[in-house]
Amino acid sequence: MDMRVQHHPILGDAEPVRMVKITVDGVEYEAREGEVIAAVLMANGIKTHRHTTYKHEPRGIYCGIGQCTDCVMTVNGQPNVRTCITPVEDGMVVETQDGFGKRGGTK
Amino acid sequence: MTKREVVVVGGGPAGLAAAIEAARLGAKVLVIDENKRPGGQLFKQIHKFFGSRAHNAGIRGIDIGKQLLKDTEEAGVEVWLDSAVVGVFSDNRVAVLRNQVTEIVQAEKILLCTGGSENALRFPGWTLPGVMGAGAAQTMINVNRVLPGKRILMVGSGNVGVIVAYQLMQAGAQVVGIVEGMPKIGAYGVHAAKVRRAGVPFFLGHTIVQAIGDDRVRQAIIGEFKDGQIVPNSEKIVDVDVICMAVGLRPLTELAWMAGVKHDFIPELGGWMPLHDENMESSVKGIYVAGDIAGVEEANTAMDEGRLAGVAIAQSLGCTSDEVAEAKKAEIRDRLTALRQGPFGERRLAAKQRIVEKGVN
Repeated sequence: MDMRVQHHPILGDAEPVRMVKITVDGVEYEAREGEVIAAVLMANGIKTHRHTTYKHEPRGIYCGIGQCTDCVMTVNGQPNVRTCITPVEDGMVVETQDGFGKRGGTK
Repeated sequence: MTKREVVVVGGGPAGLAAAIEAARLGAKVLVIDENKRPGGQLFKQIHKFFGSRAHNAGIRGIDIGKQLLKDTEEAGVEVWLDSAVVGVFSDNRVAVLRNQVTEIVQAEKILLCTGGSENALRFPGWTLPGVMGAGAAQTMINVNRVLPGKRILMVGSGNVGVIVAYQLMQAGAQVVGIVEGMPKIGAYGVHAAKVRRAGVPFFLGHTIVQAIGDDRVRQAIIGEFKDGQIVPNSEKIVDVDVICMAVGLRPLTELAWMAGVKHDFIPELGGWMPLHDENMESSVKGIYVAGDIAGVEEANTAMDEGRLAGVAIAQSLGCTSDEVAEAKKAEIRDRLTALRQGPFGERRLAAKQRIVEKGVN
């Protein structure tokens, strides 16, 4: 599944960029250099970014501009990273976050 | 402590337009924005604006944004990106979180252009992944170029709802319907006609009842809405993977409250907002407001309010003669009045006049 907008009547075709690799919960995904983490997840149909602390409910993208913090995940071992505004880096390790998350990663 | 003559908080249309105007008149201006790129929401607005030629009619928001960035650079405005203003204190000091350190900037004048934030609508299932603000969907498709889903239900038929619905279709999604609680479409006819021609059904006098799904939205229940109630047995189930909410915006006022600025509830402009005078100066001397923080309107009004504040600030700093400043301000005020005409603008014009008449002190 690729949800990327390759062609657009106003914006034109997506410009070719260097591709990098990130892992999300251990699975490797291709990412466009410079795009935000949330874009990679959305392009691959991953909707759940974290589970809430007490009721363990799934949460995903809500505001898309770094204000609501619903989309936070653990990135390179650091919990609570706003994935909608944080650009990918080659080799980045992204994990679904449980509750407040754990420094160092793994839920 | 870092010192700057003018600090503008927020590099969207209002903040940049203000900074350009003040800098052109000789003020030393620093714009602080928490994003990696300035321009606010303009770079998501791929549709053409309308109004008169003086108001960029026929030009797309993204192109207005590019021009603003160019003018900002040419005017010699200093811009700090990736820098979040986290506090405004007495004596015009601003706290900025930058490179993970909080820095204090002492300003002579502060202009708050923090913009607005989207309202939410709470209903069972509203926290499911796939339920999002219309602005989030617009950011994902037009900036990040990725579709949040294939079958979208839009809640709200104002300009934001209808424009984003159309842009979702341009990006390749299907919009299964636009739900509107009122008996008629809220958006300008020209925008509504485009989605209607594309075959999108409007569910007028309807509201969202529930979002259904396990780990994501899979269906929406909508129902007829009358006298604040859902009409029994009127519910319909629609298969969707995204529900977008476009139910208005409100001014983003935290920093203004923190600065001790006098506020009032102005429903026509989105709710609680800082009061200001005809120069966009608030009840706290030296602190100005412009754009959506001073009442939710459009990018064009935001830019002109910014220019008004920019000229007033440069004037109060003695960068320009009163004669020049007053002439410029009169011209901008005339443009703002022209923008607030018609069935949509008159209420905003009256509200804005009421704000100035209330006085800031």
